[in-house]
Amino acid sequence: MNMTVNIAGVEFKNPVTTASGTFGSGMEYSEFVDLNKLGAVTTKGVASVPWPGNPVPRVTEVYGGMLNAIGLQNPGIDVFIERDIPFLKKFDTKIIVNVCGKTVEEYLDVVEKLANTSVDMLEINVSCPNVKEGAIAFGQDAACLEDITSRIKRIARQPVIMKLSPNVTRIADMARAAEAGGADAISLINTITGMKIDIERRKFVLANKTGGMSGPAIKPIAVRMVYEASHAVKIPVIGMGGISNAEDAIEFMMAGASMIAVGAANFVNPHATSEIVDGIEQYLIKHNIKDVSEIVGCVD
Amino acid sequence: MKRYEDVTVDSVECIAPDIYDMHVITDMAAVVVPGQFAMLYTGDASRMLGRPISICECSEGGLRFVFRVTGGGTRDLAAFKGGDKIKILGPLGNGYDIKAMKGREVMLMGGGIGIPPMLELAKRLSASGIKVRAVMGYRDSNLFLKSDFERVCETHVATEDGSAGTKGNVLDAVREKSLFFDVICACGPMPMLRAIKSYAAGNGITAYISLEERMACGVGACLGCVCKTARKDAHSHVNNARVCTEGPVFEAASVDI
Repeated sequence: MNMTVNIAGVEFKNPVTTASGTFGSGMEYSEFVDLNKLGAVTTKGVASVPWPGNPVPRVTEVYGGMLNAIGLQNPGIDVFIERDIPFLKKFDTKIIVNVCGKTVEEYLDVVEKLANTSVDMLEINVSCPNVKEGAIAFGQDAACLEDITSRIKRIARQPVIMKLSPNVTRIADMARAAEAGGADAISLINTITGMKIDIERRKFVLANKTGGMSGPAIKPIAVRMVYEASHAVKIPVIGMGGISNAEDAIEFMMAGASMIAVGAANFVNPHATSEIVDGIEQYLIKHNIKDVSEIVGCVD
Repeated sequence: MKRYEDVTVDSVECIAPDIYDMHVITDMAAVVVPGQFAMLYTGDASRMLGRPISICECSEGGLRFVFRVTGGGTRDLAAFKGGDKIKILGPLGNGYDIKAMKGREVMLMGGGIGIPPMLELAKRLSASGIKVRAVMGYRDSNLFLKSDFERVCETHVATEDGSAGTKGNVLDAVREKSLFFDVICACGPMPMLRAIKSYAAGNGITAYISLEERMACGVGACLGCVCKTARKDAHSHVNNARVCTEGPVFEAASVDI
């Protein structure tokens, strides 16, 4: 049975990675999960300089999920290169670095600094709903998305994944724009913008007022968008959004995802990623499937 | 070492209005530092996140959690019965550094649902031969855990409505009883912690305070529960410490609250 997945020439031992921002750089969850077991670790977004993020409260639970407005707090690319990459290199897993910025130049700066490192892929976060200064603008306008993709591709040494926002009218248009810009893959969905109000205090629960929704409640939306995006482009799709177990992961793959990412489920069960790897394997054995790629997009 | 495990609930009892006392069976107690907490999961996917609950007391083979019902999640936790299985993640956070208090006179200050974590701390300080007393602030005469503290150390009480002990807050009790000490360990609502920080600064004493913040992961990955700090810490490289990891116990002077 073959669990390996090849995306843009990078071979992953299985189709399971982590959703950016839910797994740090792997250090915290390495107490619970053998990182060697994962196809890849996708890191928390990193910018050219340290970002303080948003004021608290930054997180709150909602029915079947949660809202977050962390605001991409991160220690900056220099600390990341010095501390987080060497940590991850100790494990036999691939490293996907999520890159964020407020201007095109900031993205390019991070991509350039990562050029001479041994990370395997870049995931460009043009879809964070919680940072006001731009970022998401790149992910909500097809022309902007194509432009930033092609500018990043010109200097990137690693294959580039563009991470798409679900907060758009037609996801297929955004997927095509990323492909037209030269993206090697796309990942989706980032969180869906939401809001929660405390009716006793008559105040927004999150200091940022809005936050990105994740968790099991968003899964049907994510599955639909993965289906639409994967039918719009030829490049591989990495699917995410409310995956809690192997059944969810397989559903995303059948919708068209070549690889999947586990996000908020890590908070509910720190062993989630590892259990999903096992669960996919068991499904393949049970159904006598020789290669995991056979289920990708199989529901057409 | 943190663990995520299914444990058996021994008992759940209502000990004051909205205050519940849960005992669970686990050998996690052996590694708990007072002031640490655990995530308790309701098991309902619609309330997926753990509830961070401070560890009130450790016993051989068990942990005690005393918590207030403040919403649906804690209401679900209060509905667990003896014999039920519950998922917990812990022990989490740093806890109080007992060694740092050797040879000093410690005053524990608990306010409301900040009272429970002070109990295990009182026991450990006392067992370490450190002079410890406690002053507890309650809303009213529902003096939960008071007798537990009295078995361990000298205990003073303040109530907001004046129905027991000093009328007012914990610092009003300190002033009224002319209590002197050189270290404060405190847990309680933010206004109380701010007042304690300022009291400690004004009196040249050290205060360790336990902070509360909305959390998602509990293990330092999501960066949901940060507090502003005076110094840049090694993890964030910005002035934000994670309450779940660098905390929940901070030296009051080191945090901007």
